[in-house]
Amino acid sequence: MQKAKAIELEIAVVDGVELNGTWNRMFEPRVISEYDLSVLEEITNIPGAESLGYCYQCGKCTAVCPVDSVGDYSPRKIFRRTQLGISLLDSPDLWLCTTCRNCLRVCPKEVNMIDIMPAVREQAVLEGKAPAELLTAFENTARYGNPIGESARKRADWTKTAGVPVPVMSQKKAPVDVLWFVECYPAYHPRGKEASAALARIFAALGVDFGILGTEEKCAGDSQRMAGERGLFEMLAEHNIKMLSKYRFNEIVVTDPHAYNAFLHEYPKLGGEWPVRHYTQFLAEKLAGVNFVKGIKKRITFHDPCYLGRHNGEYEAPRSLLRALPDVELVEMGHCKQTSYCCGGGGGGMWLDGFTRDYASERLSERRVKEAVEYGAEILAVSCPYEVPRFEDAVKSTGHDGQIQVMDIAELMAYCMGLNEGLAIS
Amino acid sequence: MRVAVLLKAVPDLVEELVLDEESGSLQYDEMSYVPSEWDDQALEEALILKEESGAQVTAIAVSTGDVDTMLFTALAKGADHVVKITGDFDASMSNWQQARVLSDYVREQDFDMVLSGVQAIDDVDGQIPGLVAGFLNWPHASVVTEVRMGGDSKVLLRQEYSGGLVAEIEVESPVVIGVQAARKPPRYASVAKVRQVAKSVAIEEVSAGAPAGPAFADIQFVRPVAAGRAEMIEGDVDAVADRIVQILADHNLLRRA
Amino acid sequence: MGPILIVTESTASGITDSTKECVGKAKELAKVLGTSTVALGFGPGAVDRLRRLDVNKVIAAEDGEFAVYNPAVCENALVQVVAETAPFLTMIPNTTMGLDLGAGLAGRNNIPLIAYCSDLQEQDGKITAVSQVFAGKLLARVPVPGDGAIVTVLPGSWPTGEETGDPVVETISGDYSSRMRVIRVIEPEKGDVDITKADILVSVGRGIESPDNLPLADELAEAMGGVVSCSRPVVDAGWLPKARQVGKSGQTVKPKLYLACGISGAPEHLQGMRDADLIIAVNTDEEASIMEAAHFGTTVDMLDLMPALAERLRGG
Ligand SMILES: Cc1cc2nc3c(=O)[nH]c(=O)nc-3n(C[C@H](O)[C@H](O)[C@H](O)COP(=O)(O)OP(=O)(O)OC[C@H]3O[C@@H](n4cnc5c(N)ncnc54)[C@H](O)[C@@H]3O)c2cc1C
Ligand code: SF4
Ligand code: SF4
Repeated sequence: MQKAKAIELEIAVVDGVELNGTWNRMFEPRVISEYDLSVLEEITNIPGAESLGYCYQCGKCTAVCPVDSVGDYSPRKIFRRTQLGISLLDSPDLWLCTTCRNCLRVCPKEVNMIDIMPAVREQAVLEGKAPAELLTAFENTARYGNPIGESARKRADWTKTAGVPVPVMSQKKAPVDVLWFVECYPAYHPRGKEASAALARIFAALGVDFGILGTEEKCAGDSQRMAGERGLFEMLAEHNIKMLSKYRFNEIVVTDPHAYNAFLHEYPKLGGEWPVRHYTQFLAEKLAGVNFVKGIKKRITFHDPCYLGRHNGEYEAPRSLLRALPDVELVEMGHCKQTSYCCGGGGGGMWLDGFTRDYASERLSERRVKEAVEYGAEILAVSCPYEVPRFEDAVKSTGHDGQIQVMDIAELMAYCMGLNEGLAIS
Repeated sequence: MRVAVLLKAVPDLVEELVLDEESGSLQYDEMSYVPSEWDDQALEEALILKEESGAQVTAIAVSTGDVDTMLFTALAKGADHVVKITGDFDASMSNWQQARVLSDYVREQDFDMVLSGVQAIDDVDGQIPGLVAGFLNWPHASVVTEVRMGGDSKVLLRQEYSGGLVAEIEVESPVVIGVQAARKPPRYASVAKVRQVAKSVAIEEVSAGAPAGPAFADIQFVRPVAAGRAEMIEGDVDAVADRIVQILADHNLLRRA
Repeated sequence: MGPILIVTESTASGITDSTKECVGKAKELAKVLGTSTVALGFGPGAVDRLRRLDVNKVIAAEDGEFAVYNPAVCENALVQVVAETAPFLTMIPNTTMGLDLGAGLAGRNNIPLIAYCSDLQEQDGKITAVSQVFAGKLLARVPVPGDGAIVTVLPGSWPTGEETGDPVVETISGDYSSRMRVIRVIEPEKGDVDITKADILVSVGRGIESPDNLPLADELAEAMGGVVSCSRPVVDAGWLPKARQVGKSGQTVKPKLYLACGISGAPEHLQGMRDADLIIAVNTDEEASIMEAAHFGTTVDMLDLMPALAERLRGG
C-alpha cells in the first residue's frame, strides 16, 4: 500500500504566535506536522461521507475491524491515509470494507462506514475506478436480475426440486399470508437451492399459506447499493416494489438478511412498505407447532450474519431455532452476537474475492471456520445465503474437510422434522 | 475526425435459444437480446480514440428490436451522438440487410471511420463491418486490437493474426474496422447515469426503406447433439489415454502437437 | 457451372492446414458437381508454394505489393479474380484473412456469403453449407443458391488434402494498390500467458496435490500445444500466478478444449469455463459436479494420466 508522510514544518504560526521546535523540546526538537487537507475534504464533501472527518484517531475501531485482523485496515487507518493525501477514491482501501458495522458499534465519534463506503464507492464507480470483478456482478444484476449471471427465466426452476408445491403469485391469483422473497443465491446456487427446498418443505409442513414472485422477482440489490451502485439498487427496488404491489399478502418473509435490511430501511423510502421478517424470525414464532421427529447429536455453533445481527439487532431467533432441535449442543464462539466476526461477503465482498486476496493474509471466511473448529463445533449453522458457499469453500481451503459441516438453519430444521432425508450429516 | 460505431443486439445465450425443431426456424420474438460483446469492444476503442484525439463518436443501431437502452448506454459511456435507423425491421433481419441499411446511412454522412465488432454470434451471412466496407467500397481490416490517429487523416491500426503475429497498418480514411478487442476492457456505465441520459437526451431517428430480401431465404437451424452429463471413459490409464487421443483427433485438436 | 475457387493462406512454415482442408473438400465437390478447382495465392513464391496443390489451376499474385499480407490489396486482387473466373464457390479459411476478405468480397461483388462454415454437403447436385453459430449452440443449414456463394471455413472442418497435384499455373499482375499500407509485422513480446486466448487449456485443481506435480501439467500442455490454467486453490497456494485462475473471481475462458484435472467443478469455477467447446474431466470422484458440465469424464488418477497422455501426444 502507498506510504505517505505528513508535511514537516520548521516553524508554525498558531494564532499569531510563532512556534518552533525549541519551546516544547523534551530531548530533541519535536517535529511540527502540517497537513494538506484538500484530499480529505474532497472525500468528506461527498454526501454521506462527512463523518470520516470526525475521526480523532482513538483506534477503537482497529481492534474490532475484521479486515484489520487479516490485513492493514480500519477506519482509523483510512482517515489517517486520507489525511496524509492518499485519495480513498484511488486506494484499494475503498473496496476492502465489508460494511460489517463492527466499527460503528465502538466508535465514540460515530464515524459511519455504512454511509461512507457506498457514497465514496458510488463516486469511484462513476469515475471508472471500480474493480472489474465487481462491475461484472453489477452488469449481471442489471441484465439478469441476479449477480451470478444466471438466466432470469430460470429463477423459479429450483422449485421443481422442492418436493412440495411452491405457488408462484402470478399463477396463484389469490392473496396469501406470506410473500416469500427468495433472493438470488437461494434461487440459483446449488447449495442455496437445497436450503430453499428445505424451507419450502418446512412451510408446507407448517401449513403456511405462501407464494413467491418467481421470475417476477429480481435481486433486492442491497449489497450492490453498499458496493456503490445506488442507481442499480433503485432500478431493482422499483421493479420489485411494482411486482409486489400487484399482489395481496400480509407480510414478506425473506431468506436473505441483506434483503431484510433493504425491505426494512430502504424500500420504504421508495414507496415499498410492508411488514417484513427474516425466515428465522418467522419460524421462531411458530416453534410451538413444530413436530420434531429426529435429533442431531452434534455440537453446533452459529455464525451471526452482519445484516441480521449487528445491522438489525436480531440475535435470538436463529438461536431459538437451533436450541429447539433435539439433541443439539449449541456452543457460542468467542466472536458472537454483537461482536460476531464477518464472513467477508457483505458490502460487495461476495464479488471481490480476487481483488481482496492481494490485500489480505487470509479470507475472513477462513478465519471464521478456524474459530468454529477451535470451539469444537461439528456443524457451522448459518442463516444467510452468502455463507454456505463461502464457508464450505473455506472449510476445504483451511484443510478441515470432514471435520466440520456448513448448513443453513432451514436444512437442519427440515432434517429434524423428517423433511430432509437427503441431508448427509456425518 | 468523425467516428461511427455500429452496434447490434444478438440473442442472449444465457437464456435458451428458442427453436421450432420441426421447421428449424428460430422464434425471434421469444428470445432475449443483449448487445453483441465485440460491438462493446468497438465502442470502447472509439471512446479511447475520442479521449486521445477528440474524435466525435456516433453510435448507430438498426432498430431490429429494443435498441434504445444499448444506445443510451453508449451515450452514458461517452458517445457524442446516437442514431437509430428505423423502418419495417424486426429481430429476424439478416446481417446482409442490416449492413445495406447501415452503409446507405454512412454513405450519406461524413464519417472518416467506421468501427464495429469484428464478428457476432449470429452472423450466418457475413460480418457487419466487412459487408458494410464492401457495400461502401472502402478499405477494411478485421481482427483489430488498436486504433490510433496518425497525421494527415491517417489512421494507425494493429491487426492480429493467429499465432500471435501483429501487423501495424496505416490507412488513409475513410476506412472500416472490425474490432476484436479494445486496448482496455469496456467501461462500465452506472445505471443512474444511463437512466439520467435516457431522460435528458434524445436518440436521433432516421427512417430507411426496406432493403432487398435476405441473401438466403431458407436457413434451417438444428441443435448439435446435446452434451448432458459427461460420457464416462472406462478402462485403465492406458485405455483412457488412448481414448482421449482419439477424441482429440475427432475434434481436430491433435495436429498442433 | 463456375469452378471452385480456394483462397489459400500460408505462413512461414508453408501452406496452412485449413487451406489444405479446403483443397481436399473442393476436389471432392468439384468431382460430383462436374467442375474444376482453382487456387489463388498471394505473395512472393506463391507459384512454388502452390504448384503441388491438388487443384486444376493455380492463380498466383506475386508482385511487390503482395510482399506482406495487406487485406485491402488482396481484396482488390480477389475481387478481380472472382469477377473474371465467376466461381460457383469461393472458399476462404476463416482466419484473420477470411474475416478480412470474405465479407468485403461479398459486399463488393454482391455475392452471398456463408460464414463459419464447418461442412459442405452435397445431395442431388445441390450443396448445403453447415455453419456454426451462436457459439456452437446451433448449426445453421444454408442451401447454397444456384448462382453460388462465398464460404468462410472454420479451421479443422475436414481432413487435409494431399499435395500431389500438377495444376496449370497462371500469374496475375495489375494495379491492386490501396490506401492501406502495412508498416511492419511484428511478434509482440510475450508477457505471462494469456489463458483467455489459448485454444487448449490443461487446467489443474487441488487434485494436483503438490507443486512438485506441476511439471506433469506443463509437459502435457506443451505436448498438446496448450497452456496450463487452474482453479483457485492452486493460486491460493501460490503454485501458479493469479492470471491463470479460471472462474468467477478469475478469468472467463472459452477454449476449444478444457481438460479439467482434479477440479471438483464448484459453481464459482464453472462460471468461468462452462462455455468451452469441449470439456474433458479427470476426477477420481465420479460424483464430482464437474461431470455435469463435461462432455467426457474419467475417474483415473490424473497424476498417472497426465504423463501417459503426454507420451502419446509427443510420440504421435
Ligand atoms: C466468492 C468466491 C469466489 C470464488 N472464485 C473462484 C474462482 O474464480 N475460481 C475457482 O476455481 N474457484 C473459486 N472459488 C472457490 C470454489 O468455491 C471452490 O472451492 C474451488 O473451485 C475448488 O477448487 P478445486 O476444484 O481445485 O478443489 P476441490 O473442490 O478440493 O476439488 C479437488 C478435486 O480433485 C479430485 N482429485 C483429487 N485427487 C485426484 C487425483 N489424483 N486425480 C484426479 N482427481 C483428483 C477430487 O475428487 C476433487 O473433486 C470461489 C469461492 C468463493 C466463495
Ligand atoms: S473508533 Fe472512530 S474515532 Fe476512533 S479511530 Fe476509529 S473511526 Fe476514528
Ligand atoms: S464496517 Fe466492518 S469491515 Fe468496514 S471498516 Fe468497519 S469494522 Fe472494518
